Amino acid sequence: MRLYIKYISIHLKSQMQYKASFFLMIVGQLLLSFTVLLGLYFMMDRFKTVGGFTLEQVLLCFAVVLMAFSLAECFARGFDLFPEMISNGEFDRVLVRPRGIIFQVLATKVEFSRLGRLIQAAIVFTYAIPASGVIWTWDKILTLVLMVVCGALIFFGLFLVYAGFTFFTIEGLEFMNVLTDGGREFGTYPYSIYGDGILKFLTYVIPLALFQYYPLLYLLDKKKDILHMLTPLLGLLFLIPCYLFFLLGLSRYKSTGS
Amino acid sequence: MTTYFSLLKMRFLNSLQYRAAALAGIATQFGFGFMFISQYLAFYRVNPLAFPMGIDQVVSYIWVQQAFLTLYMTWFFEGDIFSAIVSGQVAYDLARPMDLYGKWFCQCVATRLARAILRCFPVLILGLLLPKPYALTLPSDGLQFLLFVISSILTLGVVVAFSMFIYISTFYTLSPTGVRIISSVFADFMAGSIVPLPFFPDGFRQIAELLPFAAMQNMPLRIYSGNISGMEALYGIGFQLIWLVILVTGGKLWMKKALKRVVVQGG
Repeated sequence: MRLYIKYISIHLKSQMQYKASFFLMIVGQLLLSFTVLLGLYFMMDRFKTVGGFTLEQVLLCFAVVLMAFSLAECFARGFDLFPEMISNGEFDRVLVRPRGIIFQVLATKVEFSRLGRLIQAAIVFTYAIPASGVIWTWDKILTLVLMVVCGALIFFGLFLVYAGFTFFTIEGLEFMNVLTDGGREFGTYPYSIYGDGILKFLTYVIPLALFQYYPLLYLLDKKKDILHMLTPLLGLLFLIPCYLFFLLGLSRYKSTGS
Repeated sequence: MTTYFSLLKMRFLNSLQYRAAALAGIATQFGFGFMFISQYLAFYRVNPLAFPMGIDQVVSYIWVQQAFLTLYMTWFFEGDIFSAIVSGQVAYDLARPMDLYGKWFCQCVATRLARAILRCFPVLILGLLLPKPYALTLPSDGLQFLLFVISSILTLGVVVAFSMFIYISTFYTLSPTGVRIISSVFADFMAGSIVPLPFFPDGFRQIAELLPFAAMQNMPLRIYSGNISGMEALYGIGFQLIWLVILVTGGKLWMKKALKRVVVQGG
C-alpha cells in the first residue's frame, strides 16, 4: 500500500510538469460529460419525467454513475492501456518483478486528468443531494457511499475483463466500450427505462444496475427493505469472475516478443 | 486531379485492411444504437405528444447515424497529420509539388469513406430486419434518398473542412489534445450527435440551426428520416454548400498564413 501511494505521488508530480496541458485536459473531460448533462437537461425539460423519475432524481443517478466511472478510470487506467503494454512487450517485465501483477498494472498509470469528470460529478451532487427530496438519514448516506464505491469497483471489474481479452486478441476489443463507456453514457438514466430485458441483463450478467437502479429505489423510498440498500455489495461478487477471466487469459499469455 | 485521386485510392485501400477492427466496430455501433433507441422509447411512453418528430423518424435517425458514424463525427482525427506537424515531418510534405491543404483533405475523406463503407451495411441491414419499434424504415421515395446521399457527401466535406482548422491550429499550439477534445465535443453536440436538433429547446434551437454545425450530420439524418423534405431539404443542401465554401476558403487562407511563419520542429 505504501508503495502504491508512492507511485501515485510520482504520477501526480510527472503530470504536473505540463500544467497547461494538464488543465486543458481536465477542462476537456469536464466539457465532454457536460454535453451529456446538457442533453439530459433538454430531454427532461421537455418530458418532465422518465420511467417515473424526475429531473432531480435522474441527476442523482447521473452523478453516482459519473463519479464511480471516473474513479475507476483514474486509478485503473493501466488496464485501459493494457493492449499497448502487451503489444510493446512491456508486460514481460511485469512478469519477472516480485510483486503482484494486478498491483503493477494499476501502478503503471494514474490518470489525474480524468478527475475533470469527478469534479463535475461533485458539482451535480451538490445540487442533486438537497434537491432530490431525499431525507438524508444515516442509512441513506451509507447507501449513497456504497453506490459510488461499489460502482467504481464494478467498473474496475469491467476494465479487468477488457484487459483479459487482450491476452487473446492482442489489440483492445472495441466492443467492451458498450459496457464501459456505454454503461456510463446510458447510466445517466436509471437502467430500468431501457426495458425489462436490458434491466435483467444488467442485473444478472453485467451487474451495473445493482449499484445504480436498485439502491436508487431505496434512496427514493420506493423500496424500503434492507436488501435494496445492500445490492451494491452483492454486485461486488462480479469481481470474482472478472478476476478468474483475467487469470485465464494470463495462463494463455504468449509474449509478442518486441 | 489525378494526384488527388490516386492519393484517395491509396488511403482507401490502406483503411480496408483493418477488417477485424471494423467487425468489432459494427458490434459496438449496433449496441449503442439499440440502447439509444430504448432511451427514446422510454421518453415516448411518457408523452408521445411532446415528441417534435415521429418516433420512427428518431429510430431511423439513430440507425443511420450509427451506420455512418465515421462520416459524420468530428472526433475522428488523422493521427498522422498531428504527428507530422509536431515531429517536423511536415517539411517533406511542403517540399512536394502539391497543395498541402488538398493532400490532407483527401487523406481525411478517404479514411472516413473507407471506414464507413466497411461498417455501414451490417448495421443498416440489421436495423431493417429488427421488429417494429426498433425497425429502420426506408426513405419515403427515391428522390428523398437521392437528397440524403447528396447531403451526406456535403456533410463529409463540412466535417473534414472543420477538422482542417484543428490540424492547422496545431502549427501554433503544438499540443493538439486540449483543442481537439473541446472543439469536437462542442461541434458534435451542436450537430445533433447526442440529441437531435428538433429536441433542442426553442431559442437555443434557432441559433443552433444557423451555425456551421447544423450543416453536419443534422442535415442528412433529418432528410433520411423524412423530418425535412421537399423544398426544405433543397434549402438545407444549399445551406450546407454555403458553409462548405466558407470553411474551405477560410481554412486555405489560414493555412497559407500559418505556413508563412512555420518553424519546423527538430530534425
